[in-house]
Amino acid sequence: MTYLDHAATTPVLPEVLAAMTEQWGRVGNASSLHAAGRAARREAEQSRERLAEVLGARPSEVLFTGGGTESDNLAVKGLFWARREADSRRRRLVVSPAEHHAVLDSAEWLAKHEGAEVTWLRLEPTGRITPDALAEALGDGSDVAVASVMWANNEIGTVSDVAALAEVAHAVGVPLHTDAVQAVGQVPVDFAASGVDALTMTGHKLGGPMGAGALLLRREAECTPLLHGGGQERDVRSGTLDVPAIVGLAVAATTAVTSRPERAARLAALRDRLVAGVLEQVPDAQLNGAPLDDVVAGGPGRLPGNAHLSFPGAEGDALLMLLDARGIECSTGSACSAGVARPSHVLTAVGAEAARARSSLRFSLGTTSTDDDVDALLAVIAPVVERARRAGR
Amino acid sequence: MRVLAAMSGGVDSAVAAALAVDAGHDVTGVHLALSPDRQTLRSGARGCCSVEDAHDARRVADELGIPFYVWDLAERFTEDVVDDFVAEYAAGRTPNPCLRCNERIKFTAVLDRARALGFDAVVTGHHARLEGGRLRRSVDAAKDQSYVLGVLTAEQLAGAAFPLGSMTKERVRAIAAERGFAVAAKPDSHDICFIPDGDTRGFLTRRLGARPGPVVDAATGATLGTHEGTHGFTVGQRRGLGVAVGDQRPRYVLSIEPVTRTVTVGTADLAGVDVVRTGRPTWTGPPPQLPLRAQVQLRAHGAPVGCQVTAGPGGGLVLALEQPQRGVAPGQSAVLYAPDPVRGDLVLGQAAVARP
Repeated sequence: MTYLDHAATTPVLPEVLAAMTEQWGRVGNASSLHAAGRAARREAEQSRERLAEVLGARPSEVLFTGGGTESDNLAVKGLFWARREADSRRRRLVVSPAEHHAVLDSAEWLAKHEGAEVTWLRLEPTGRITPDALAEALGDGSDVAVASVMWANNEIGTVSDVAALAEVAHAVGVPLHTDAVQAVGQVPVDFAASGVDALTMTGHKLGGPMGAGALLLRREAECTPLLHGGGQERDVRSGTLDVPAIVGLAVAATTAVTSRPERAARLAALRDRLVAGVLEQVPDAQLNGAPLDDVVAGGPGRLPGNAHLSFPGAEGDALLMLLDARGIECSTGSACSAGVARPSHVLTAVGAEAARARSSLRFSLGTTSTDDDVDALLAVIAPVVERARRAGR
Repeated sequence: MRVLAAMSGGVDSAVAAALAVDAGHDVTGVHLALSPDRQTLRSGARGCCSVEDAHDARRVADELGIPFYVWDLAERFTEDVVDDFVAEYAAGRTPNPCLRCNERIKFTAVLDRARALGFDAVVTGHHARLEGGRLRRSVDAAKDQSYVLGVLTAEQLAGAAFPLGSMTKERVRAIAAERGFAVAAKPDSHDICFIPDGDTRGFLTRRLGARPGPVVDAATGATLGTHEGTHGFTVGQRRGLGVAVGDQRPRYVLSIEPVTRTVTVGTADLAGVDVVRTGRPTWTGPPPQLPLRAQVQLRAHGAPVGCQVTAGPGGGLVLALEQPQRGVAPGQSAVLYAPDPVRGDLVLGQAAVARP
């Protein structure tokens, strides 16, 4: 099997599996006062410190959550509620239309149920949000509750200059949240240096467990909880700490971040070969997002493992099915809850026609990717596209 | 063979897919997202089909270990089936949307796409026999669905497989239960799938609006009352006419005239017809020699009646019925059968009723 869908989820790293297995062998609630509880708390807090260190945050800024979706919901809704409570004029949300649905649907929910008004940010054709676009949307900032711009796009892999965006937001007193689910472990991410007020990350995109993530939240940021209860995480998030998952998350993030420079270089080279090979076999295929060698703020302007291509005249779901039948696993972007492949909202947001948005595939490389995987794809892509085009007519 | 199993989420298509796997075929499951009615579904821009049915189909595919995808055909279904259904009623005819769906969606849009993608056939859970390229009634007379397949051509049937035709519905459910399919006890669907509440008249009124007109007595020419739209009536209908006649004899709808919006009603003796004229026929196999003695079935669960088939004007057919039939409406499909008690009645073809 050729797994080219690391942006969907990644294989669990062996060291993560070992660390979690060890934790599952013991008892102890990290909130309990006895010896077993203290031992569990020690593991959780060590993990918090490790995670904070590799992400450039203070340990007290790490809130463990159930994953990226929860972190995004908590940041967007929690910051909106808290900022509006402090000043009732702050009802506006400034959001990129290329965000993950965890942010988009949170914003739309607030608009529908909480009287929020959403201002959609203007995107560059690459999918990037520029500081100018953010400044324009924020205005004087007095009526803005929170802005949210993802660090790196999950579909087309475009990286934005989050530090520059945070500066623009702070100049008018607006907090910035960033969804860095795809960015952590792929590009340099430093919470303090970026200046953002809240950052979403998750475990299963970097070799860790599913259902474990974190929201990095500045100490001074007020955030209304979504989940009420024991107040385990700074009273902003409640729920018994899942110690094995937290340990796994910290081990995965540490490994992913420390091994990043070598891995990113290797994946970028593989990815470049994949894209060049596909364009050679299917000359009219189109690369979506930023150029492969794009640079932003001195770093990669595109995730090193991301290749997102449109195949004009072919339907993405037909391509996916034909590749799946040949043992190659990739993604068309998003599907509705019933499983219907939808035109990518990200491509639509950057101005692509519906036909191009529907004809696209995402190949995403990760730790286990090899030259053999790229060769396997290149061996079948031309006949697969040809067949899909016949079915699309 | 590489086959595509169309999986609705019901028990029949689940078992059909399972039997295709058992027969050694390379099977891929596909659920067709057809429902254009976004109201009944997950709300919001991404709602597109029945989430529950798609889930049920996916569960079975996962148990069978076959690939499974959802194909979005809602747009084609809306144009070719739903809009056609509304337009037919607006024109005073009585369409069969299931037949139209088989003709244009399952065995055109889906079959064409399947063939282009390298599949040899589309497998469905229809209760009908298909052997040697010839379509016959199911062994389960009560569940037989050959009527709604009667519109298919030999070319379409060459790309179809109906594994359930040789078994009863009871047996289908037993197989599903033996395999532990969660859908084993799922109720049969009876309603038109895009009118889940079963209120066809309400659906058509929402689409067409109120179009009042007179209800006229065929014998006297007298106006007996008014109605809110001809689309609320079907030829042969007895109930819900909204008129009372002094003689207490039941009245039936005899004809619908969409331009003047006149619904003509009459007594039972006037409601029967013994000659049916049709449009151009389609044949499931080689076109038969005319004239021809055959049986004709005029609606999905109607009883077949003997008839003499002759060529009519404009390439249509004239069916001389052995017994007069009530409720023969323009737009209905007249499906012709050659009786065969041993192998199952052979479906010859069909033609749409032009006028009784």
